[in-house]
Amino acid sequence: MSEAKTPAPLTETQLRERFLAVPFARYLGIDLELRGDELTLVMPYREELIGNIMLPALHGGTLGALLELAAVATVSVKQRQAHLPKTIDITIDYLRSGRPVATFARARLTRLGRRIASVHAEAWQHERADPIAALNGHFLLTQSDT
Amino acid sequence: MSETPPTPPSAAQVVQMMVAATPYARALGFEVVSVGEGRATMKTPYRKDVIGDPETGVIAGGVITALLDHVCGAAVMAALAERQSIATLDLRIDYMRGAEPGRDILAEAHCYKLTRSVAFVRAVAYEDGPDNPVANAAGAFMIASLGDRKMGANLKPPQ
Repeated sequence: MSEAKTPAPLTETQLRERFLAVPFARYLGIDLELRGDELTLVMPYREELIGNIMLPALHGGTLGALLELAAVATVSVKQRQAHLPKTIDITIDYLRSGRPVATFARARLTRLGRRIASVHAEAWQHERADPIAALNGHFLLTQSDT
Repeated sequence: MSETPPTPPSAAQVVQMMVAATPYARALGFEVVSVGEGRATMKTPYRKDVIGDPETGVIAGGVITALLDHVCGAAVMAALAERQSIATLDLRIDYMRGAEPGRDILAEAHCYKLTRSVAFVRAVAYEDGPDNPVANAAGAFMIASLGDRKMGANLKPPQ
């Protein structure tokens, strides 16, 4: 019986391996960058991500997916677990239309409990201080891990 | 037919055109199942490249988010008397359970209230029927969202 130890922080390589094993993250072309405990996701622009061809603007579903992935990946960084938590609910606010350029996303844990994490995430393009979409969500933490 | 003046497209035709003209909906393979007054049902096919959990093969939540967003927009289109630009203001999604691996997901939406500026919509996603949902959604959409913005307005960086 070994004593419970605090797991070591995840490295960027470990996180990228786990994350890029998710086919849909690869499909969206998302990459990540971990600096200290701050995680940034990047979704490069590609024509397939367009939802409105007139403006043109990114599909809301692409921003929702990016924000949700930023939230779950940030939870796993804080939890020091490679397992991704399960989404319980999310609310996405669309603040302005997404331009046909790269989009970035970061998430912040409002609360990390034993079973539930409350997360706020924001996506931006040209300026970090001027988000184009935001997410609030609750995520069920995975308990068992090696 | 070429002699008669063109009749305005039906709600079903508008929704079909909307899916056909949306690159992301086409890329994910969304199909229109049915369209009614303020109602729409769509399907997204199960595909290996949209899996969210490689261990179980469950489809990614982000695909269901996109389907629910899109079908809600379609229900708003089907509720509008004339064609107008719309944009999602907010969307709340409750995930009741993981989708069954290997199965297509359907989503049906109802635009239950339409005001001059905002449309309110509810939607549910499932494999077999709405009594066993994968996810529920509630959304609000802006109507005439383009305002005075012109075509290609987003090609310029923000001022």
